[in-house]
Amino acid sequence: MHPILILVSQRVALGLFLLLAASVLIFAGTMILPGDVAQSILGQSATPEALANLRAELGLNDPPVTRYFNWLFGALQGDLGTALTNGQDIASSLGRRLGNTMFLAFWAAVIAVPLAIFLGLLAVRYRNRWPDKLISGVTLASISIPEFLIGYLLVYFVAVKLGWFSSVSMINDSMSLGEKLSAIALPVGVLVLVVLAHMMRMTRAAILNVMQSAYIETAELKGLSGFNVIFRHAFPNAIAPIVNVVMLNLAYLVVGVVVVEVVFVYPGMGQYLVDHVSKRDVPVVQACGLVFAAVYIGLNMVADIVAILSNPRLRHPK
Amino acid sequence: MSRIPISALIGLVFTGAYFLAALFAPFIAPYGMSETVGDVWEPMSRTHLLGTDSIGRDLLTRMIYGGRTTIFIATMATLLSFTTGAVLGFLAAVIGGWVDQALSRFVDLMMAIPSLIFALVVLSVMPVTIPVLIMVMGLLDSTRVYRLARAVAVDINVMDYVEAARLRGEGRGWIIFREILPNALSPLVAEMGLRFIFMVLFVSTLSFLGLGVQPPNADWGGIVKENKEGIVYGISAALVPAFAIATLAISVNLVADWILNRTTSLKGGRGG
Repeated sequence: MHPILILVSQRVALGLFLLLAASVLIFAGTMILPGDVAQSILGQSATPEALANLRAELGLNDPPVTRYFNWLFGALQGDLGTALTNGQDIASSLGRRLGNTMFLAFWAAVIAVPLAIFLGLLAVRYRNRWPDKLISGVTLASISIPEFLIGYLLVYFVAVKLGWFSSVSMINDSMSLGEKLSAIALPVGVLVLVVLAHMMRMTRAAILNVMQSAYIETAELKGLSGFNVIFRHAFPNAIAPIVNVVMLNLAYLVVGVVVVEVVFVYPGMGQYLVDHVSKRDVPVVQACGLVFAAVYIGLNMVADIVAILSNPRLRHPK
Repeated sequence: MSRIPISALIGLVFTGAYFLAALFAPFIAPYGMSETVGDVWEPMSRTHLLGTDSIGRDLLTRMIYGGRTTIFIATMATLLSFTTGAVLGFLAAVIGGWVDQALSRFVDLMMAIPSLIFALVVLSVMPVTIPVLIMVMGLLDSTRVYRLARAVAVDINVMDYVEAARLRGEGRGWIIFREILPNALSPLVAEMGLRFIFMVLFVSTLSFLGLGVQPPNADWGGIVKENKEGIVYGISAALVPAFAIATLAISVNLVADWILNRTTSLKGGRGG
């Protein structure tokens, strides 16, 4: 078998194992904590009958291991149970919201990734000059600013003062793509700002690392211009670390949507999770946690696989 | 110590001011924390320097008490995260073998789930009180400290002086606290600044989502939440605490950067 296939399948197996372990952890996090789950859902004033009913409904009378496997096999078949608060099927409401979240994250990525790579190249080209300094300053500021501040600043200045976009991003199926895009303009803007600086800085570091190689010196000595050296010689060799950076930031994007969706009242996964955490709707929280963990682990796995694939020594073994 | 760069000086001044305000909140605050003293969302004026909030409480007072809560929770969680992470990290490095494997793989697993998501999952069944918040945030974050502490300690563990202490017959406690800890302190202290910022952002985010500090107590994230409806009417009250979080985080960052640079240049100076 081709060695690269072995490496990739090992990485996929590791990813699946991590996901399985993460599901155990999420389940354990909600079930085997000190105190009684039914009690903490219903509060101190609950009657014994209500407690007993809820325990039976949650299956709390079974041993934890049985409950875990019931939940896991259900989840594998697409059955995530029903929500405690409104009795709706979790999988179908989750599916629609996951679609909305992916729509948001997709457009943020489409804008942020090329922009970050371009600005990273620019920072390398003008290293230690003002564009570079500006970029590191902005990075320092952006890792210190909470997402909701960026969100409300945009709402305050763009939506309220300038009146360009709506401050609330409601979308539904009857809207055309253009209307949807206009509705999500502000949340996409926030997400882009949140990941841009980080991605830019790591792109810069990755390319600077490659710039120290001997073949870059050769390219410079044969008289290529600054941008040509970076674009033709440094960039292709920095693709693996850059893809890694992009994937890590996309994974971060998935978490960032939680806050951004709450700010803009956007009907996505994050809003769904936060709503049901405060209602103590454990099955929904578990399902959302599992989906978020799966996306996060999946993106990290893709990053590693791309790094393996982009290594020519592994692709063409002797 | 003679020359402190200007950026670090700014950072120190702001960080100091925030911490002092947090310590002496009851003496500085012009009104009581939950005292209604005016109309809803009054603009800034001489009697209410930052205006009033969504139910007519003095915003400056709320900000000072809120800062106290935010800084207290963040500090305690950072301390918890450091003690747990560093002790476990050092233990893993010194003992090695299956203990190291078990702890490290468990930490890998914890880090495979985003901490905000995991915190939300846990908080859905726990009572949301300040001790619980500190525990959840501190323990989730200790995974990052563990990684750093273990990496640093593995390097130190193979040094000659540690070997000498071992041959001398010192126990594990001595090796960890008298040999490794003093030499691992500078990277850990620099990391502490970053972890503190992370905690401030973390608790603010949780409170903003309504899952952190519960009313009538408030922290900065909670004040943002209380006043967010005003934004749509062009009332900037919610931006004030968000701005405070950002300035605190940036100033601590500036100080941490300076400490990191200083300690690395110290090491260079020793001729190492």
